[in-house]
Formats: sequence, C-alpha cells, structure tokens
Amino acid sequence: MIRHRNETPAIRDVWQDLRELTQARIGLARTGNAQTTRDVLEFQAAHAMARDTVHTPFALDVLTDALRPAEPLIVASAASDRNLYLSRPDLGRQLAAECRSALTPGPWDLVFVLADGLSAQAVTRQGPALYHACCRALPSWHIAPPVIATQGRVAIGDDIATALQARMVAVMIGERPGLTVPDSMGVYLTWAPYPGCPDSRRNCLSNIHTHGLTTDEACAKLVWLMLEARKLGLTGVDLKERAPGAAPLQREPVSKPAIVPPEGS
Amino acid sequence: MSYCATLSGQRFVFRDLRHLMASASPCRSGDVLAGLAAISATERVAARLALADLPLSHFLTEALVPYEEDDVTRLIIDQHDITAFAPVASMTVGGFRDWLLSHDASPARLAAIASGVTPEMAAAVSKIMRNQDLISVASKIEIITRFRNTIGQKGVLASRLQPNHPTDDLRGIALSTLDGLLYGSGDAVIGVNPAGDNVENGLALLDMLDTIRQNHQIPTQSCVLTHVTNTLEIINRGGAVDLVFQSIAGTQKANEGFGITLDILREAHEAARSLKRGTLGDNLMYFETGQGAALSAGAHYGIDQQSVETRAYAVARAFNPLLVNTVVGFIGPEYLYDGKQIIRAGLEDHFCAKLLGVPMGCDVCYTNHAEADQDDMDTLMLLLGTAGVTFLIGVPGADDVMLNYQSLAFSDILTTRSLLNLKPAPEFAAWLEKMGLYDAAKLARFPLRYVKQASHA
Repeated sequence: MIRHRNETPAIRDVWQDLRELTQARIGLARTGNAQTTRDVLEFQAAHAMARDTVHTPFALDVLTDALRPAEPLIVASAASDRNLYLSRPDLGRQLAAECRSALTPGPWDLVFVLADGLSAQAVTRQGPALYHACCRALPSWHIAPPVIATQGRVAIGDDIATALQARMVAVMIGERPGLTVPDSMGVYLTWAPYPGCPDSRRNCLSNIHTHGLTTDEACAKLVWLMLEARKLGLTGVDLKERAPGAAPLQREPVSKPAIVPPEGS
Repeated sequence: MSYCATLSGQRFVFRDLRHLMASASPCRSGDVLAGLAAISATERVAARLALADLPLSHFLTEALVPYEEDDVTRLIIDQHDITAFAPVASMTVGGFRDWLLSHDASPARLAAIASGVTPEMAAAVSKIMRNQDLISVASKIEIITRFRNTIGQKGVLASRLQPNHPTDDLRGIALSTLDGLLYGSGDAVIGVNPAGDNVENGLALLDMLDTIRQNHQIPTQSCVLTHVTNTLEIINRGGAVDLVFQSIAGTQKANEGFGITLDILREAHEAARSLKRGTLGDNLMYFETGQGAALSAGAHYGIDQQSVETRAYAVARAFNPLLVNTVVGFIGPEYLYDGKQIIRAGLEDHFCAKLLGVPMGCDVCYTNHAEADQDDMDTLMLLLGTAGVTFLIGVPGADDVMLNYQSLAFSDILTTRSLLNLKPAPEFAAWLEKMGLYDAAKLARFPLRYVKQASHA
C-alpha cells in the first residue's frame, strides 16, 4: 500500500472521532490525488455487495416463517426474471395472470404486500417486524393474510388489493441498495387502490433499516397514516406531512429523487 | 409529414418528426421501454441519413409537442432569435454538424448562434455526432456565469460539493462540507439534497451553510435543493437563499408532474434576485435535469428521451441560470442501461446544453442496479473534462449515503483538474491559496490543522 509517510496516519487519527457523526466516507487517505489501495478496494467490496443484493431473490422459507402465525400468499409479477424486472418497470407493476386465482376476495380493511423491489434482503429483515407491529396496533381491523410478491414494484399492490377487495394496501418494498445500507425498506400506503392508480395518491415512508427509521418508529407513523386515511377516505398529496417524517409521495420534494419515479412504482 | 430513406435497397419510412428523431437516436433502454427505439440497426442508420438531409429551418415549422398544448414549445418558438439563426438557416442537419466541427465555427460564432438554435435542432444534430464530435464542439463553447465567483471560463473546472446526510444532521453535513473544501471542492455551489423536505429543515440547513461561508469568507454560494415553492417560503421567512433550485423537464406536463409552472419559476427567480446576495453577478437559478424524467412522468408525447431532455434546456436558459446539471446515471437502468449508455447520454446532454448557451455541469453517477461502475464514471468524468464541462459533482468517497447512489469523489475531481490542467473558479482558488489549502502543482493540499480544529469543536 502506498501512503504519504507523514500525513496519512495523522489524517486518519484526526478524522476518527468525527466519523461518529456521519457514515459518509470523509477523511480518506490520499496518494497523490488518488485514493489509497485500501479505500479503493473497500469501495469495490461495498459495491459488489450492493450489486449482489439487487440480484439476490427472496429466501421465501425464511420470510414465510418470520410472518407466522400468518399464512402468507406468494404471488409473482409479470416480470419473469430480474433482468426483465430491471428493464421493464411496467411488467413489475402487474400481477402475473396465473396468480390472480390465488387471491380470494375479502372484503378486507387492509392488506400488506411484501415486494422484493431492489432489495429482497431489506424486506426479509424489516418487513415481518413491521407487519406484526402494525397488526398489534390495529386489533379491530380485518387484515388480509400478507402477500409476498416476487419481482414486484409498488403498483403491484394495486392489482393485489383489487383482487382481494381490500380498502387499503401497504406495500413494503426493498429500496435501491446503497454502499452503506443494502437493506433499506420503504412502505407505500394507498387508500382505495385500483390498477393504474397514480403515485400522487400514495404516502411513503422510506429509509427503514437498523440505522435509519426503526420498524417501531415506522409502525407509529404508518398506523397514524392508516387511521387518518380511513377517517378521511384518502391517501397521497392531500394527506400532508402532518405525521412527522411521513412525506406524501409526489414527484416534487427532493431534487434527485424527483427526477426518478418512486422506487418500483 | 413523413420522411424516408433507402439503405441497402430497403426503403424506410418514418411517419413524423418524432418517429424520425427517435429512430435516429443511439440505442438506450428508455426508448426501448417507451416503444420508440429503432427496430433494427439498419433502420437506425437510415433514420440518421434522412435526418441529416433535413433542413434546420424545418424544426421551426414542425413542433414535437403542439404549440397550443405546451408552454415549453411556446417558450422555444416565441424566444427563437431569427437573426442569430441566420448564419445557419440554410443548412441541413448534416451540414450543421460539418459546420460545427469546422474551424469556421469559432467560439465567438458559436456563441452568436446560441439563441437561434432550438433544442430540437441541437438534439437532431447530436444524433448524427460521434462522442468525439460532441466533445470537440462543446469544448469550443464558453458560457460564463457569476454569483459570488466566476465559473465557465476556459481552463476552469468548478465543482459542486454535495454533503448529504441521511437524517440531515447538521454536524454530519458540516463535516462532509469540510472534507470537500479540503479537496478544493465547492466553487460551483455547496449544495445539500435534504432528506426531510420541508421549510423548517431548509431554513436550518441554509443557516448552517451560510454561517460556514461567512465565517470563513468563502467566495461561493450555498443551496438547499428543495422544491421551488419551499424556497419561496424560505425567502419569505428571511432564509439565506443564494440560489433557487428546481428539477425541470422538457414538457409542460412533465413540469406539472414536478409541481411547477413557468410562472412559479419566474416568481422565485424575481424573489431571489430581490435579495441581491450575489456580489459579482446575479445568475442565481440552479436546475437539474436528466434523460427519462418526462417518460417517467408519462409526459413525453412519444418523443425520444434525449430530444425531450434537450427541451428542458430551453426552460433553463430562459432564467439565465448560474448552474445546470444533468443527473445522468441517477435514474436507473430502465432509462440508461449501462456504462456505455450513461457515458453517451452525459456527453449528449452536455453538448446540447452548451450549444444552446446553458452552463452545463454533470452529476457523473450511477445506481447499484445499473450495469456500471466507477471505471465508467472515470471515463465519463475525463471525457467531460476535455469537453469543458462547467462543473462536476463530488461527494465524500463517491458514496452518497443519503440518496444511495455513487457519484464522483472529491479526489476524482482533483485528478481531472490535474490531468487536464484545469483550475477552480479564480476567486475560489485565491481563497484556497489564502487558507493554505491550495498548491498550484498539487491543486490542493492537506490542511491538517482544520481537521484538528473541527475535532476539538
């Protein structure tokens, strides 16, 4: 490893305590204008793990067990494999035709959908805890068995809820894995969903992971949104940011996310 | 009207200008997704042959989106400068390419035609240009803007310092800012994407960034990249707004999807100008764009993603922005599949914007579900450096821990400056020198004492 003999170790020491304040890669050592071998390879390792996360499917037995005593239904989107999922967002939004018959109509107050999105790992880790917490918080609600959707985007929840005759759908979905956080989950809540429902009618909680929004915090926010949604008969931009951190899903808010459709939508 | 070309004995017909433009566009996943891409490699070249023969003046008679329906089209047509257009008015698209590359197309002549070129003309000519053509022509164009420093000159490569934090922790953001400053980054802007997008948060972030800037008398500008309506509210509440940020797109409907109208942009532009915070100039709008934005909003009107992207630059130039950048690889593989597509799109966006007179920078970036990596970013960064890109975006270690994607590291931008002999904005370079952070040979040096101060703070 090439290092500036005098400067590099000192820099590392000085930044050490400050790293408590941010996960950003601050104070990296330098050789000339470049990063040192160790940092370059650490970055590549993180990228490799994030890439592999995208391409790793649900461990269905693990997820199913974690959802017990509920008996989850397993469905697939119209995107038959990961490459098709990545290049054809329209297919990931539709329920595969052959899966429709597995969904018997309710009516239900609410259905939870656990979709892999871009990180099945995220949903496997955070999804069951959030599901159980919400069910405990809504004891009088008639909640459908959870539905696991493979190669699914957010809007697949519209198809599923319609088939189940559910008044509200909460889609838990794996967000884009980052280098630091490969297992971040988002939840999208939609009142009276229907196929083709616009994203402006959804509310979103994101960054649910160990170092972000905890599942308990997410549960509190989500249950608040659900109660309000049922009271007002709506979700989306009209159900504004009255619960702290529960931003309505719309294209406006932040610069870069605004360029992009919401994950998996 | 329809267009046709015969290639290898086969006759290809294109039903309208949108179909012709889309078929001529280099292959990318977003056009495939939209059902707009050429159906074969031969058809793509046939479309380029037909496009090359099209008179530039034709773009003034056939709009890609109807004038009556779309305020971006109205902006393009109503602001078209026929006098500036005159020197190239008789050219075909192919002839225009040849002229752009000729020695006759001097920097002064290119500047003179900018307001006579429409986005569609720029997009059309880019489709028959190779990557090196896009670089050669863009490198001749100098677009200088000013707020508290001067950027865009030949020999200057500015950078946006992007110190994002997943919970907007002020100390975390301040640390990433310090990290970037130590690498000589931040002359274009110190610009945060807020995790929590609301007015209170924006006020707090701006106050912190402005305090750092004032305490150290840094000749630069700061920005919280929040929705323009939030920025207006922040201005009304006395916040330290240097730049007004907004994501924009190439059709009225796509802009409505962003929750904006041209009138809202005008209102925010005027409100920020009235603060008179710029010391050297009043270029104060900051726009981000990116191929695929219109399609993702269902507002692309059957136009290929590169052409509709270029129309967003007409919106940008109407506001004399300080900075514009394409977030080229951020949108994901359904629009730009891999490194090859991202690199090409970055060069197209930069060229088209510069040809139109827009101070274009780039967020050289990719996501973890795209077929791309840091090697592709190195390639695009260095190509854009040779093309004279206005600024690049840097984040600590190339890893944005809030938005979960990879951009450039501050050190990457140093490498580009060093390899291509580019300098920071002159006022910012002088400040770096004064603070002991700058070494003309190394382009930045370790200012250990600042880190020590921060660790004791």
